[in-house]
Amino acid sequence: MSTESSSSPPPSTGEKDWREVQSAPEFQDLRRRLRNFVFPITGLFLAWYLLYVLLASYAPAFMSVKVFGNVNIGLIFGLLQFVSTFAITAWYVRFADRRLDPLAGKIRSDLEEEAK
Amino acid sequence: MTAMPLAQGVEGSNPILNIAIFGVFVVITLAIVVRVSRRATRGASDFYTAGGGFSGPQNGVAISGDYLSAASFLGIAGAIALNGYDGFLYSIGFLVAWLVALLLVAELLRNTGKYTMGDVLAFRMRQRPVRAAAATSTLAVSFFYLLAQMAGAGGLIALLLNISDGLGQAVVIAVVGAIMIAYVLIGGMRGTTWVQIIKAVLLIVGAGVMTLWVLGLNGFNLSHLLGEAVARGGEAGEALLNPGKQYKTGVLRLDFVSLALALVLGTAGLPHILMRFYTVPTAKEARRSVVWAIWLIGLFYLFTLVLGYGAGALVGPDAIKKAPGAANSAAPLLAYELGGTLLLGIIAAVAFATILAVVAGLTITASASFAHDIYANVIKKGQVDGKDEEVKVARITAVVIGVVAIAGGILANGQNIAFLVALAFAVAASANLPTILYSLFWKRFNTNGALWSIYGGLAVTVVLIVFSPVVSGKPVDPVTQKSASMLQGVDFHWFPLDNPGIVSIPISFLLGYLGTVLSKDKADPRKYAEMEVRSLTGVGSEKPIAH
Repeated sequence: MSTESSSSPPPSTGEKDWREVQSAPEFQDLRRRLRNFVFPITGLFLAWYLLYVLLASYAPAFMSVKVFGNVNIGLIFGLLQFVSTFAITAWYVRFADRRLDPLAGKIRSDLEEEAK
Repeated sequence: MTAMPLAQGVEGSNPILNIAIFGVFVVITLAIVVRVSRRATRGASDFYTAGGGFSGPQNGVAISGDYLSAASFLGIAGAIALNGYDGFLYSIGFLVAWLVALLLVAELLRNTGKYTMGDVLAFRMRQRPVRAAAATSTLAVSFFYLLAQMAGAGGLIALLLNISDGLGQAVVIAVVGAIMIAYVLIGGMRGTTWVQIIKAVLLIVGAGVMTLWVLGLNGFNLSHLLGEAVARGGEAGEALLNPGKQYKTGVLRLDFVSLALALVLGTAGLPHILMRFYTVPTAKEARRSVVWAIWLIGLFYLFTLVLGYGAGALVGPDAIKKAPGAANSAAPLLAYELGGTLLLGIIAAVAFATILAVVAGLTITASASFAHDIYANVIKKGQVDGKDEEVKVARITAVVIGVVAIAGGILANGQNIAFLVALAFAVAASANLPTILYSLFWKRFNTNGALWSIYGGLAVTVVLIVFSPVVSGKPVDPVTQKSASMLQGVDFHWFPLDNPGIVSIPISFLLGYLGTVLSKDKADPRKYAEMEVRSLTGVGSEKPIAH
C-alpha cells in the first residue's frame, strides 16, 4: 500500500486493467451523465457572465436605464448573476445527489468488493 | 466636504484598542491551534491536509476564509465607494468563478490527488518534469498572492495603528509574518484551517452587522441608500450607479473584459484553494465545501455592495480619497462612522486576522508543493527515507517562505495590491486551469502538452505583464506627480492592457493542444482509464484519518 510520498498513486485494487472498468456500460453511463450536465451548464453560465461583462463594458447607456427608484438595469443584471450562481449550485447538487452519487457508489463498491 | 472630519476619522482610531483586540484574536487562535495540533499525528498527510478529516461545511467556511482576502474585503468595498458600479463588477467575477470549481474541478481533483495540484497533473504523465512544472507555477502564484497580502498589511498598519514611518510598518509586518509562521509550524493544515474558520466567521458576521446597520439607517431600502450615495458624491455622484466610471475608453473596456476572464477562470486554478479540497474525506464532502463556500462568499459580496455604497453615503468619497490607504480605508472609516472607536477596532482586528489567515494558507500550500513535488518526487525520485523527512522539509520551507514574505512585504509596501492579486489570478487562469482541465477531460493529453501549457502559460503571462502599463508608462497624475505604474520615469510598455488574461488564457489552451499533438509521446490509455475511473467514482482515494 501507499507510503507517505510514493510518486505514483498506489494501485489499490491490484494490477488491474482499468480500461475494462472504463469501457463497462455502467461507467460509460456515469461518464455521459456527468459530461452531459457539466459541459453545457459551464458553457451557459460562462456565456451569461460574458454577456453581462460585455454589456457593462460596451453598453453602459443601456445598463444605466433606471427601472425603479435608483435601481438600474445594470444593478438588476448584476444581482441576477448572484441568483443564477446560487440556482446552478442548488441544481447541480440535486442532480449529483440523484443521478451521479448512486451510480458512482455502486461502481465503487463493486470494484472494492472485487478487490477483496 | 473638507479634510476636517476625515482627520477626525483617523484620529478616532485608537491604536492601542486596535492592537488589543487583534492581540485577543491572536491569543485565542494560537490556543486553538496548539490544542488541535495535540490531536495530530506526525505524518505528511496530517501536516498537509489535516488527514482529510474536516467536514464539508467546516471546509466551506475555511475556503471562504481563505478566499475573502483583505483585497476583497477592503478593496471591493473601497472600489464600490469610489467607483460605484465598477467595483461591483469585480465581486461578480470572483463569485461566478466558483461554478467552474464546483462543476469541473473540486470533486475530480479530490478523487485523484492527495496533497498538491502536482498530484493530479502528474497522475498519468512522466512524474518528474510535470511535478517540477506544477510546483513552479504553484510557487509563482503563491508568491504573487503572498506579496499582495503582505504589501497590503503596510497600508493597513498606517491606517489602523497610526504608524506612518517605514521602519515602524516594517516591524509590524515582521510581527504579523512571525505569528503566521508560528501557526503553520505548530498547527500545520489543521491549525491553519481553524484560523481560517474563526476568521471567516468574524469577517462575515462583522460585515453582516455593518450591512444591517447601514440598511437600517436607510429604512431597509436599497434605492434610498443608492440615492444617498449619489447625493454625497456631488457632481460625479450619478455616475456611481452606472458602469463605466472607471473603465471608460476603448482600451480600458477591453481591459475589463480581460480582467473578468482572468477572475472567472483563475479561481479554480489557485493552488491554495485546490489544496483545501484535500482536507475533506470524500468527493461528496468536497462538493458540500464548495456549496457552503458559494453561499458564504455570495452573501459576503452582497454585503460589500451595501458597505461600499454605505461608505460613499456616510463617509463620502472625498474623505475616503484623502485618508491614508485611500480606497482601502472605506470600510474602516464606515465602521468608525457607525460604531465609533470600538467597531473600528473590531473591523481593524478582523482585517489583520484576514491577512494572517490568507498568508498562512498560502504558505502551507507553497511549502507542501515544494516538499512533496520538488523535494520528495523530483530530487529524491519518490524515495524519501522515513515519512517525517518530507514534513521536515515542508516545515523548513514554510519558514523560508515566511521570511521571504516578510522581506517582500516590506519591500513591496505601498505597491498596488489589486495589480498583484490580478497577476496571481492571471497566472492561475493561464498556466494552471487549462492543464487541469486537459488532464481531467482530454484523453490524448500528454506530458509534453502539460509542460507547454504550464510553462508557456506562465511565461506568456509574466512577459505580457512586464511589458504592460502596470509596470511602466502610465501617464503621470498631475495631483500626486506620480505615475500609476510600478516603475516611475521609464516607459518600455508595448502591451496595451493591464491584465493579460484575454491573450494569455487562449494561448495556454492552444499551447497545451499543440504540445500534445506535435509530440511523439503517446498518452498512456491505461493510466487515463485509471484516472477517469478514479476521478468519477472515488475508488482508491485516500481514506480519512479519524480525529
